Amino acid sequence: METMITTTDRQGTAPMPAARMLGAYLAEIRSECLRYLRNPGFMLPLTLFPTVFYLMFGVLMNHGHAGAARYLLASYGVFGVMGPGLFGFGVSLAIERDGGLLTLKRALPVPPAAYLLGKMVMAMVAAVVVVTLMLLLGVFAAQVKLGLANMLGFLAMGMLGVLPFCALGMFVGTLIKGQGGAGMLNLVYLPMAFLSGLWFPLSAMPSWLQKLAPVWPSYHLNAIAQRVIGLSTAPVWPHALVLLGTGIVLLALASRRLRRHG
Amino acid sequence: MQNPSSVATLHGVVKQYGRIKALEGVDLEVRPGQLLALLGPNGAGKSTSIALLLGLIRPDRGRAELWGTDPQRLRARRGIGVMLQSAQLPTTLRVGELLRLTASYYPQPRTLADSAGLAGIEDLLKRPYGKLSGGQQRRVQFALALCGRPQLLFLDEPTVGMDIEARRKLWDAIRALVADGCAVVLTTHYLEEAEALADRVAVMARGRVIHEGSVDDLRARVAVRRIRCLSMLSCEQVRSWPQVSDAEQRDRHLHIATTEAEAVVRRLLDADPGLSELEVQRAGLAEAFTELTRTADATSAPFEVEAA
Repeated sequence: METMITTTDRQGTAPMPAARMLGAYLAEIRSECLRYLRNPGFMLPLTLFPTVFYLMFGVLMNHGHAGAARYLLASYGVFGVMGPGLFGFGVSLAIERDGGLLTLKRALPVPPAAYLLGKMVMAMVAAVVVVTLMLLLGVFAAQVKLGLANMLGFLAMGMLGVLPFCALGMFVGTLIKGQGGAGMLNLVYLPMAFLSGLWFPLSAMPSWLQKLAPVWPSYHLNAIAQRVIGLSTAPVWPHALVLLGTGIVLLALASRRLRRHG
Repeated sequence: MQNPSSVATLHGVVKQYGRIKALEGVDLEVRPGQLLALLGPNGAGKSTSIALLLGLIRPDRGRAELWGTDPQRLRARRGIGVMLQSAQLPTTLRVGELLRLTASYYPQPRTLADSAGLAGIEDLLKRPYGKLSGGQQRRVQFALALCGRPQLLFLDEPTVGMDIEARRKLWDAIRALVADGCAVVLTTHYLEEAEALADRVAVMARGRVIHEGSVDDLRARVAVRRIRCLSMLSCEQVRSWPQVSDAEQRDRHLHIATTEAEAVVRRLLDADPGLSELEVQRAGLAEAFTELTRTADATSAPFEVEAA
């Protein structure tokens, strides 16, 4: 009877080969992408909001202003990129902290950070989907003339630009549990988009709001997007640095809260 | 000091949440190939004990160990499988996808077909998890718990929401795993579940283990037996007898609880020659359990609760 467990050591397990470890990361990423891309309740609002806004304000109500179509392609693109970061990361974390999935993942031998990495890659994929749709609208519906470099730059802006918003979403997700997360994130998302000039150019706003704008991460991503799309010649790196710094600080705060409070 | 053959242990663990003492010096030991049932009323400390063994929380004092090491080490957790009381799994993933994902965390998992077969979910693999009934979801969670070929399985209220048929099947699967050398920690509100499966039972109340032993030990700790009969005697009359601890009239029958069944039966037959349908039963686990936790509640002083 007692000779049945002879193949494993006192730890109770055989060692994990590196290939299986890598496989676990990939499986986590794959599952996280599948579960959200399959979920219309998640993908529809995230893709419809920026594309419909752009169609309305950048194409239908825009009477031949090529500059406005170009500006709004970039700014609504940024608006669209914020969503997967804030909601894909924040809301799902808030719900999974509440529903016990995070507890289960912590009890299971999930490799370090695979859970967060999975969500991050999922947000990047969703952001690229949004940005691609925006590019298609810009080129075909709004007739914005874009070179290959503009387009690739715009895709890269979406893919990397989502990351600081992942960190922000994650931080909010650690503050709030359950369904309340979505409401709270909308309170962050919509005002921030407005105040950083994503819906109307900042020049149309009172000067004190213009001065306040650099506080918001989305202002800096918009600055990068405008450069990438060919509307400005300002250097990208100061804005990229601000976003990187914001992302790191929020990630550190969120991980600390997650470790302490679960 | 420590038994080398133990799979999971709590040594003198104290855990407090704010002012509430969840555990006050708990010792527990899970041995290989044994099923330990953890029983006790809500708030007794079962969930806290399990959370400590899973490495979800840390003890304030004492030690929690899996195979002699810290449960927070990934290496130790690769030997365990977990079925939590409530975990909302991603509803848009198919059952097969969930199984593959969970199996990917382990070094030598079972094959998909094996896990599905053991949990009886072969027919569900292609279905999205969110479309399953509560009982089916529970079976899928069981499959996820065993898919990593664990040597220690945590099952927290595994059969809640299952019909009798499904429950029996799950019991069979648990027995097969235990026979295969897997240790199991089971918490349950169904005492017949503990009775059917457990090699050992630990009863918790108010943050302590008040009894630990086999199911028979637990039953024997409570000497009460039940007498049931059809009789002319009234329950007030019988209740006044010194050996009788309780008597009541229920569904036409007289029900008597006593520690001296023989004496009471003799007196019953003397007092009522027409008495019929006489039955004497040993207390079930349920009575023993109620009795144990009641006395533990009544006497919060620790004089008689150190049983094991």
